[in-house]
Amino acid sequence: MTFTSRSTAVKLAAALVAAPLMAVSAQAATITISCGSVGQDFEFCKKHTAEWAQKTGNEVKLFTIPNSTTDILALFRQMFAAKSTDLDVINVDVVWPGVIKDHLLDLKPYSKGAEKAHFPAIVANNSADGKLLAMPWFTDAGLLFYRKDLVEKYGAKAPATWEDLAATAKKIQDGERAAGNKDFQGFVFQAKAYEGLTCDAVEWIHSYKGGNIVDDKGNITVNNPNAVKALKTAASWIGTIAPQGVLNYAEEEARGVFQNGNAAFMRNWPYAWSLGNGADSKIKDKIGVAALPKGGADGQNAATLGGWQLAVSKYSKNPDAAASLVMYMTSPEVQKERAIKGSYNPTIAALYKDKEVLAANPFFGSLFDVFTSAVPRPATATGLKYPEVSAAFWNATHDVLSGKATAEDSLKRLDGKLKQVKRNQW
Amino acid sequence: MNNKTRTAWLFLAPMLVVLLLVAVWPLGRTIWFSFTDANINNLEASKFIGLENYFGEFGLFANPNNTDGFFAGDWGISILNTLKFSIVSVTLETLLGLAVAMLLNQEFKGRTLVRTAVLVPWAIPTIVSAKMWGWMLHDQFGVINQWLVDLGWIAEKIAWTAQPEYAMWTVVAVDVWKTTPFMALLILAALQTLPKDCYEAAQVDGVHPLRVFWKVTLPLIKPALMVAMIFRLLDALRVFDLIYVLTSNNNTTISMSGFVRREMIDNGYMGYGSAASTALFLIIGLCTVLAIKASRMKLGDD
Repeated sequence: MTFTSRSTAVKLAAALVAAPLMAVSAQAATITISCGSVGQDFEFCKKHTAEWAQKTGNEVKLFTIPNSTTDILALFRQMFAAKSTDLDVINVDVVWPGVIKDHLLDLKPYSKGAEKAHFPAIVANNSADGKLLAMPWFTDAGLLFYRKDLVEKYGAKAPATWEDLAATAKKIQDGERAAGNKDFQGFVFQAKAYEGLTCDAVEWIHSYKGGNIVDDKGNITVNNPNAVKALKTAASWIGTIAPQGVLNYAEEEARGVFQNGNAAFMRNWPYAWSLGNGADSKIKDKIGVAALPKGGADGQNAATLGGWQLAVSKYSKNPDAAASLVMYMTSPEVQKERAIKGSYNPTIAALYKDKEVLAANPFFGSLFDVFTSAVPRPATATGLKYPEVSAAFWNATHDVLSGKATAEDSLKRLDGKLKQVKRNQW
Repeated sequence: MNNKTRTAWLFLAPMLVVLLLVAVWPLGRTIWFSFTDANINNLEASKFIGLENYFGEFGLFANPNNTDGFFAGDWGISILNTLKFSIVSVTLETLLGLAVAMLLNQEFKGRTLVRTAVLVPWAIPTIVSAKMWGWMLHDQFGVINQWLVDLGWIAEKIAWTAQPEYAMWTVVAVDVWKTTPFMALLILAALQTLPKDCYEAAQVDGVHPLRVFWKVTLPLIKPALMVAMIFRLLDALRVFDLIYVLTSNNNTTISMSGFVRREMIDNGYMGYGSAASTALFLIIGLCTVLAIKASRMKLGDD
């Protein structure tokens, strides 16, 4: 009797001691997240994931990824093919959901309807087969950054068409070079052979009403006279208002030149605003932002839709904690802070009316239409083959810009190549 | 004897198992994939399609869609780029390596130090040296453009890694910088084994030093030189990292390995990419056989 009771007591005591321990070990998880490495991505990620970790008692590890979105996708696809559990939460470019949808967890059970506050177009982009594959994190649209002080100094204004831009850029470039800054450039943008060039070139072609490479029905439309005109215009900038080196520039290289005060115009994403106005910037308070120019007088303004989402990998060992982190990172509070301190565009419409957000980023209000009507790249129509379509397109564009081929030849060849990529269906 | 053979097999067994695991299995799997339509999105769903990836409608060879000829297609371009890179870089590295080795073979003060210093480029990982050169060659704030402009040799800064007319030669230059020490070291090793008496005899006969080089040194180090060149050729034919990091990796500079990676990873066609990778393996094999044949023929002439 005594023996049994003692053993029961021991068991009971052991259970009492162990219970909280077990509960903790079932809850506390280590979540690995990849956030991006452009601009201030990493600092923000560190701060906000630490906040979440503190609140929930979990641990967060940051996973460093490459700078270029093309390389990031390649890395993720290899990890998915190996069913890797190394990453729980991943950042998803706006064009990827169609490519990696089979490897993402449905977030519907975790979001509890939170996605309804976000822009419907982006939520639709992130959904497939009734599943919510990723939560919108921030949106992006191509913008024209310009030097307010220099544009005024040379008696010009923010250009309405690409032709205006070329003329103004030439004037400022000639003037500044004559004044002693030999390295001064008129216009910098992204023309390295990678996804960023696809973004830039979609803007050019769309602004000349040259369509969107592949239309919504999946027809290849890129070989048309307006697209030829757009690429010819862009090619004429290289070596005149833009340095030859843009042919190897991504976002950060372009920002490096502009933020050092060595360029009059820059095409970039909104993140460049807060960095350009940072304490260590040579052009603090001298930056203007405008919609990208139209293609000729009867063209239209066009900005490529960019932006990133957060998603949970299907192979994550801790899907509940990972989803909780995603919901926190995409919440209005975090998006607001990122908007104010990093000029990352929120995906929640209500935040565009927030006074503090507008005070930090006046262009969020004045260019609201640019953000809501941005042009998506043809990722939905081309699905799993989008990376290949985009690569064929940026290579064809790069050939025109570098003078290796004429716009006519290059687009004709691209048309044939895309037909080969498409085969019977996208 | 039987016992001896058995012991030999026993000793070889661990090595054979390791080789099977790390060489034969992946190679076999790649070759197997090259006969399927595998996609990186779902490897389990692949089916056998025979030689379709090689000679089919959209295959590597005999693709009827390449209306401008085989060498205008991406695969053809990457073969040409790789051959161009390999031939030029290996030739330059051999010539420079030979010169450096002759120099280091002389007796002078601080020879050990110089020999070690020469090896530094070879010791730096390729990715690091590619990034380093990428910054030095940058068109806006690169130090090389700055020097050339200051010296007045060029009027405007040149985008070495971006402009199609320079990109490939920039890659070759960086590769020569990196790999010349390797060639120099192998040739130096050969030079140090040469018997002194030949040279003494030549000196007694008053033969011109250049003639000594052509008639004595070169024939004697030829076998080692050939081995070094074939090593380098094998290495150069599968060049990837330098081009991938240094240039924008478009059609101007893409190599066969770059093509394989693009098809397999970026585009997700594991099957097609594996076929290209198998073809690359066969092309390298063919080049090696040709190089060995060529070196034997020349040796026969002597």
